[in-house]
Amino acid sequence: MEITAPSPAVAVPAHKAEQRKEQLPRPRAPRNSSGLGDAVFFNVTRFFAVLTLVTLAGIIVSLVVSSWPSIQKFGLAFLWRAQWDPPAGQFGALVQIYGTLVTSVIALIIAIPVSFGIAFFLTELSPVWLRRPLGTAIELLAAIPSIVYGMWGLLVFAPLFGQYVQPVLAATLGQIPLVGALFKGPPLGIGLLSAGVILAIMIIPFIAAVMRDVFNVTPPMLKESAYALGATTWEVMWNVVLSYTKVGVVGGIMLGLGRALGETMAVTFVIGNTNFLSNVSLFSPGNSITSALANEFQEADPGLHSAALIELGLVLFLITFLVLAASKLLLMRLRVNEGAKT
Amino acid sequence: MNYQSIGSSGGIRQIRAKTVDFGASDAPLTPEELAKDGLVQFPTVIGGVVPVVNLPGIKPGQLRLNGQVLGDIYLGKITKWNDKAIADLNPGVQLPGNDVGAVRRADGSGTTFIFTNYLSKANAEWKQKVGEGQAVQWPVGLGGKGNEGVAAFVQRLPGSIGYVEYAYAKQNKLSYALMQNAAGAFVTPDDSAFKAAAAGAEWTKSGFYEILTNMPGKESWPITGATFILVYKSPEKPQQTAEVLKFFDWAYANGDKLAADLDYVPLPDTVVKQVQASWTTNIKDSGGKGLWAAAR
Repeated sequence: MEITAPSPAVAVPAHKAEQRKEQLPRPRAPRNSSGLGDAVFFNVTRFFAVLTLVTLAGIIVSLVVSSWPSIQKFGLAFLWRAQWDPPAGQFGALVQIYGTLVTSVIALIIAIPVSFGIAFFLTELSPVWLRRPLGTAIELLAAIPSIVYGMWGLLVFAPLFGQYVQPVLAATLGQIPLVGALFKGPPLGIGLLSAGVILAIMIIPFIAAVMRDVFNVTPPMLKESAYALGATTWEVMWNVVLSYTKVGVVGGIMLGLGRALGETMAVTFVIGNTNFLSNVSLFSPGNSITSALANEFQEADPGLHSAALIELGLVLFLITFLVLAASKLLLMRLRVNEGAKT
Repeated sequence: MNYQSIGSSGGIRQIRAKTVDFGASDAPLTPEELAKDGLVQFPTVIGGVVPVVNLPGIKPGQLRLNGQVLGDIYLGKITKWNDKAIADLNPGVQLPGNDVGAVRRADGSGTTFIFTNYLSKANAEWKQKVGEGQAVQWPVGLGGKGNEGVAAFVQRLPGSIGYVEYAYAKQNKLSYALMQNAAGAFVTPDDSAFKAAAAGAEWTKSGFYEILTNMPGKESWPITGATFILVYKSPEKPQQTAEVLKFFDWAYANGDKLAADLDYVPLPDTVVKQVQASWTTNIKDSGGKGLWAAAR
């Protein structure tokens, strides 16, 4: 920065002088050419924007066309049928939708408080010398490819989780009435809960990085004022920083949720890939939309099986869309309640 | 030559779409399907699928199973290893009381096809409730991705049983079980047992539509299968198909040791002769001239 900054500063006046000299005889010429340039630039950028829309529409159309045999055969019931039987040609997406949503919700339940804690620590509590290395380490976590998380989850995490964590959960949370049903069954280390935890580990860096960045942009004056009124660090964080940055925080959470919904490789290794629901226990194996696609698409017979898999993709598309729409709505309501732009 | 390892269904799909010169599949096409798409198929190598177990106190090869019991395990009807049905097959073996954990392939695969095809032949209830296919609706169990996924689960979970390709089980020293074959004998999975299963097949009768599961013969390994190559009957590019045939001719002549090194079984010479005879009679260019005769 220090090296590059002076040179434009010197160059600009010279350039401007030259421009002014040329402009004097024909003052309108640059206007015209810039008008043409503007038009070209406008149209090129508009073309790119429209191209995105056309691609999106094309994807939706081709998904619908390819999944048409399945849509026609099963109709809306596809969404709540729990049967997935390729030899018999019977397909329903309930198990996969359930697995996708449950693992993502588990991931959020774990990731949001942890990310908040990380961002809180990094922006308010951490000694200054520790902020850079810790922040970089967390960003590096985000750069690990998901297949690595999957292999690690299967070979390292799942055995330890099944041996040490799940029995403890079963002995404690499993004893509570109603909720306990979620923590019953053999501790295999593989299943919906494991997939959710792996997803949480994967999305924590995303959410934490966004939270840290938005916490950092809170004007110091607001915080100082709150401190001056005698607020504790927690009160400043909770009442001032968080309410100032809630739009950014929600955005970060949605970024994480989007990744959790679409994550494939890491999930397929640890979710158990089982296309039936026998109980509500989170210990039991299940399946997610992406995992079913990754596993079966390659060997799916052309026809109904392929069509059903593509319809699964369409369903995931819709879920993502709904989540996005819900988050926009949430943000709009936050803004309205605030009565002012953040 | 450019061989893409994309899975059996993909191979069949691409040869049907005429984007490739040959396709390969673990599941043979029926004579009707072949006729419909104008294809010819022939087997290349033979391999076996073996049940692998993780049972404390049981040595590799000590456990004996049959198709009925294996089917009942995967149907979820047998849930304990000291179940009477298993104990009856294993007199004198101290079976542990662990829960049975059934592990299977999560991804669609030819291995699953051979395995479920065998269970359909050996267990009537399996045939009626589940059937056969590269992916089926499994009544119980955990799905692992690929042979390595199944093996990882089995090695990790005491009391679990899975199925993998023989080559994979051998190279990773997994603990396998003996299977009772159609003749009632308990056999160890190895090259000779796969060869014995292949020898019992009547290849030419059905256009090589032979699934080598549950074959007769005292030495036959019951869960055996061949890999098949698909080519066009009257190709649009006869020159390329002739090259394909030349390649497989070379492979039959020189590939035996390679196949054996990888723990697959090369075809018996008699079957190779039958394959080449079918090339002569079936694969022709647009003028009706035999491509194979011209190629050599």
